[in-house]
Amino acid sequence: MLLQQLINGIALGSVYALIALGYTMVYGIVTLINFAHGEIFMVGAFAGLYATSVLHLNIFIALVIAMIVCILLGVAIEQIAYRPLRKSTRLSALISAIGVSIFLSTLAQMLFGSNAKGYPEDCFPVSQIHLGSADISTLQVLIIAISALLMVSLHFIVHRTRMGRAMRATSEDYHTAALMGVDVNRIISVTFALGSALAAAGGVLVGVLFNAVSFNMGLMAGLKAFAAAVLGGIGSLPGAMLGGLLLGVTEVAGVAAGFSSYRDAIAFAILVLVLLVKPTGLLGRKIQKKV
Amino acid sequence: MLTLDNLYVNYGAIRALKGFSCTVNQGEIVALIGANGAGKSTILNSISGLVPLAAGKITFLGDTISGIAPHRIVRKGISQVPEGRRVFATMTVQENLEMGGYIRTDSKGLRDDIERIFIRFPRLAERKQQLSSTLSGGEQQMLAIGRALMSRPTLLLLDEPSMGLAPMLVEQIFTIIREINAGGMTILLVEQNASMALSIASRAYVLESGNSVLHGRSADLAIDPNVRSAYLGT
Repeated sequence: MLLQQLINGIALGSVYALIALGYTMVYGIVTLINFAHGEIFMVGAFAGLYATSVLHLNIFIALVIAMIVCILLGVAIEQIAYRPLRKSTRLSALISAIGVSIFLSTLAQMLFGSNAKGYPEDCFPVSQIHLGSADISTLQVLIIAISALLMVSLHFIVHRTRMGRAMRATSEDYHTAALMGVDVNRIISVTFALGSALAAAGGVLVGVLFNAVSFNMGLMAGLKAFAAAVLGGIGSLPGAMLGGLLLGVTEVAGVAAGFSSYRDAIAFAILVLVLLVKPTGLLGRKIQKKV
Repeated sequence: MLTLDNLYVNYGAIRALKGFSCTVNQGEIVALIGANGAGKSTILNSISGLVPLAAGKITFLGDTISGIAPHRIVRKGISQVPEGRRVFATMTVQENLEMGGYIRTDSKGLRDDIERIFIRFPRLAERKQQLSSTLSGGEQQMLAIGRALMSRPTLLLLDEPSMGLAPMLVEQIFTIIREINAGGMTILLVEQNASMALSIASRAYVLESGNSVLHGRSADLAIDPNVRSAYLGT
């Protein structure tokens, strides 16, 4: 029972972590909370739905298609809605982000209607694996495996490639990175692209897991992932992963303990508690004011 | 080699540069001296493209470089050691140097250059896997200089290399600057420590509130009564 719940929690938490990474990466580079990020996740879920149910594509191909769609979307949002506001106050960019978020969810409602839609039954053959007393579905294994693969790839890109080094430099000191010859605008685009790809993957996985894709699914998922990013320490990649997993596990534990009607409150209660004790989040660094 | 022609820079309503002009010739060390807020760093940042010009023109090796993005200016051969060193604190010494060579893709040449920098700065070699935030101020300054050399520039801009360093370390850093110049590097140096700056520069410009009030050979400026009373404290 405990193992069962733990795995349920990790599967859910992996998805939160995937979305949280996008918040934290973008914040790390441009210190903007990309409030449209939840909607990118939603668009990813719809792109996957379209690929599987209309184009009858394999779930893995659908995943790749959703990621590509969201990379283009994320990069376009940055160029249209955020880049022109780069030098204005942070509040303007935040308002712009909220605008994009409302625009995308309304657009999705117009295009796909208000009712939740499900992925085709046969898009992923689910079977149960018995592990001691626990029943684990192959879908959960898939979710955990894909999330882990994506996070390991991200870690590799950020820490082992020239591009990743430029990302870390830009995130630490924008001007000095430019003095090293880094095209900062390009790095910002890459950051949005990577974050959006992860959110898209999260969208498809959630779509298959809960079998419900709707125009407003980005709101709560986005808020919870944002809470996970802040919980782990905004700007920290390992923090976002840890925050996501922690949130998923506690949420499932709360539901199992009989507080299912407080499901969504749990995430935010943890957030408030952690921030009271440690305002920078679990793995967050103290922000140094630049002189 | 480098010509600054009638530069104007505004920060909002504040006019930071008011028609500053200067030239730097191949192989020289030229110093910009003056009080805090005179516009010295603004000059370096406008050359690097970090600060937009309100008016004026910058030419480097015959090309106009004003209005070009900072990352392209590095590729033209101008490298800056920023004020306050600005090493990447979350990266190791080695990674900082690799960042300095970001525009290059010749991995063999990069490795050789890093080795050369470690020979010039043995302290950095001992600490190459340490996070740069754990280095002392002097070591960070060495790292910032090494990092700037990694792009193989033809012109090196140094912003306040003596800032916050003990006198002995200042001597050491200036010896290093002189050696780098002896190797053929052209250097434009911004420095509040006017006596140190005049001791290594061939020429200098004295700045006051956004423009040059005096310029000439360092040897002449060092004995100029106005410079002596205002900047050398004698």
